[in-house]
Amino acid sequence: MDAIEKTLLEQIAGLHEIPTGAYNIRKNGETESRNVTANIDIVSKSDGSGIEIHVKPGTRHESVHVPVILSQSGLNEVVYNDFYIGEGADVVIIAGCGIHNSGCDNSRHDGIHRFFIERGAKVRYVEKHYGDGDGNGKRIMNPKTIVNMGPDSYMEMDSVQIKGVDSTDRITEAVLEEGARFVVTERLMTHGKQDAKSTFSVDLNGEGSSANVVSRSVARDESHQLFVSKIHGNSRCSGHSECDSIIMDDAKIGAVPEITANHPDAALIHEAAIGKIAGDQITKLMTLGLTEAEAEEQIVNGFLK
Amino acid sequence: MLELQNISFQVEEESSQKEILRNISLKIEDNQFVAVTGPNGGGKSTLVKVIAGIEKPTEGRILFDGTDITDMGITERARMGISYGFRQPVRFKGVTVLDLIRLAAGKNISTAGACGYLSEVGLCARDYINREVNASLSGGELKRIEIATIIARGTKMSVFDEPEAGIDLWSFHNLIQVFEKLHGQIAGSSILIISHQERILDIADQIIVIAGGSVAAQGPKDEILPELLKNDGAAGCKFYKEGF
Repeated sequence: MDAIEKTLLEQIAGLHEIPTGAYNIRKNGETESRNVTANIDIVSKSDGSGIEIHVKPGTRHESVHVPVILSQSGLNEVVYNDFYIGEGADVVIIAGCGIHNSGCDNSRHDGIHRFFIERGAKVRYVEKHYGDGDGNGKRIMNPKTIVNMGPDSYMEMDSVQIKGVDSTDRITEAVLEEGARFVVTERLMTHGKQDAKSTFSVDLNGEGSSANVVSRSVARDESHQLFVSKIHGNSRCSGHSECDSIIMDDAKIGAVPEITANHPDAALIHEAAIGKIAGDQITKLMTLGLTEAEAEEQIVNGFLK
Repeated sequence: MLELQNISFQVEEESSQKEILRNISLKIEDNQFVAVTGPNGGGKSTLVKVIAGIEKPTEGRILFDGTDITDMGITERARMGISYGFRQPVRFKGVTVLDLIRLAAGKNISTAGACGYLSEVGLCARDYINREVNASLSGGELKRIEIATIIARGTKMSVFDEPEAGIDLWSFHNLIQVFEKLHGQIAGSSILIISHQERILDIADQIIVIAGGSVAAQGPKDEILPELLKNDGAAGCKFYKEGF
């Protein structure tokens, strides 16, 4: 692995070295390295389209890293990864994709992650997207996450895309059975002429299920963002979605909330706010000795933290 | 020393000029605790904004330790040693109390160090240090955090716009002590506080009464405060009338 690839790996997975526990590192369309543990097995799909991750029931406090790095310009790939989380397991899954494109061809990674979470299992899923490279070729990522949540299961999804991805069309779909809980925090920043679309669709089918989808984003320069959130309350359930955006320069942001109650005891809330950085926030930080640009940077960093 | 020379400030209102400050000249000597008081709408808040560089005077000059700072911006003045405590503290999504105190201190101070400043303003530090400075905090809590940021800066000149507003009575005594302590903390430093509270006026060395955009009275506390407290129920009428 060269210096560029190591940088990508550090940005998306916080990894300086080979991780402990189970991992599968994919580089330029091929498996670079893999490790399995007694409780977590990783196998390639027979058709070569991706991998399957099997976490045994009752597995506690283990982690799985499945980063993808693309450093070869012009590579296009679609990868299907399936995660099977056994009953009562409690694991952290760190995924993410880093593209370095120094060529003139587009590099594209479309990762389709499906989760099958059994009764009472807990998953923390962290996904980071990052791009760099000075070529004219675009860095494109279209992640799709499909979550099937069994009774009383819990999933916390933390997705971050802060820098360097030219185009993204992110889709997250979740179906929840009784007592299941789905918590999403999305942080997104676009700059230049980047384009980002994020669509959430959550079906609260089970009695007592709940979802909380929170998106915080900053759009700078001439970038464009669209946030679509659909929550369907199909039983006694609670759903909340929140989209909070800072708009800067000549950017454009759209927020399309949709909440549908198909049951009288479905309690659904949507909040959306788009606005510039408040002038008094900048003034306050300037009275502490920061320049206007430094103040703006602090406010944006805090907002996306 | 801070010196204001013939400061005027006008705003345009319905196509006519409204004078908010009229020809104000003041000197705030080093080591002085100065309280500014006067009726609402008299120009006190505008005056401290002019000192902090948030508003630019339409006429007059401002000198800080002999340097003309009239054309300097907020940042430059802050770096020269002027701090400004907002009357209505600003809320930030995502920025924590610790972040804000570190920014104020101008260095990456330890959590324990930052907690010290919070304790000074009567907040139980561990309950607050990692909280966001957002709408979940009450007005009084934000106000105390605001004061803590000024203490953390430790500058030569600290300007506060009604620091007592929103602080409950129980904490008020503590607040007085905070200002007394701050006064003695930095050699040669001065404090300028806008206040309507007798107990704050009582710990000041000097009192300035601003009314109708002008200095209606100015002098040692022992001279001004008794006059303000005369005519119970119409405190300070004498000065206020003179100002108009």
